[in-house]
Amino acid sequence: MKIKVIVTLKNGVLDPQGKAIQQTLNGMGFANVENVRQGKFFDININEKDETKAKSKVEEMCKKLLANLVIEDFKIL
Amino acid sequence: MKSSVIIFPGSNCDRDMDVALKKFGFQNKMVWHNDDKLPNSDLIVLPGGFSYGDYLRCGSIAGKSKIIKSVIEFAKSGGLVLGICNGFQILTETGLLPGVLQQNKNIDFICKNVFIKINNKDNKYFKNIEKDILELHIAHNEGNYFCSNDELKNLEDNNQIAASYCNEKGDCNEKINPNGAIKNIAGIFNKEKNILGMMPHPERMIDKYLSGEDGTIFFKNLISNLKS
Repeated sequence: MKIKVIVTLKNGVLDPQGKAIQQTLNGMGFANVENVRQGKFFDININEKDETKAKSKVEEMCKKLLANLVIEDFKIL
Repeated sequence: MKSSVIIFPGSNCDRDMDVALKKFGFQNKMVWHNDDKLPNSDLIVLPGGFSYGDYLRCGSIAGKSKIIKSVIEFAKSGGLVLGICNGFQILTETGLLPGVLQQNKNIDFICKNVFIKINNKDNKYFKNIEKDILELHIAHNEGNYFCSNDELKNLEDNNQIAASYCNEKGDCNEKINPNGAIKNIAGIFNKEKNILGMMPHPERMIDKYLSGEDGTIFFKNLISNLKS
């Protein structure tokens, strides 16, 4: 089963890369881009047929490795 | 005094640290990340570099490596653990030190000499150190220390802020903050002060002809404290 996860910086946490991307987009002529936040996307193939069980395992992975909960949030899709 | 330096794939300050430790009297051993036992040591060092290519987040993969379990055990039993640069990032990723090292505020890789002010000398690392302000080298992309307001209060209340970026007179202000670190933090201790993580590299400042000698002051003082 494939589980998808998105990890993003928490609101209020500085995202210098997002800021640089936003400024570049503005400079390219996309003048109405007001804010960009960069994140990470994981596509996890797990050998588990039960979706609830798989998602609960992935949640554990997020908490232990994939996200740093001091500055990041995760969303299991 | 015996020390061990852990080598991860991508570490690149491990040999500099080995040279520094030996120069000031440590019997140093190099330990591979895939080992599971630490040699008998008075000090464990997690060196600078780009462990595992900085994949996922700096220090995150090293923070789950095989040897780290023994390092955590050693640290929790009161053993001295020093993390420099990537080593500091690894210590935060293991949870041995609070907070996180984010990308530098100005997105630059910063490579230059800085001054740091030692804030707490009541520990094995800085007790009796002859200077309050040290000139050391930094070289990092993710040195912007960040933690929650509650955690920052804990750090301040327990005197865990080991060193702060300052000018040569010792003034700490936002203007001389190289990377955006909260409160100009360059290094922190755990509550018990046996674990120290810091971004500056003392091992690069041990030769008066090549660099400077404030790293010499740090290592000489450290070994003297460990012997007493």
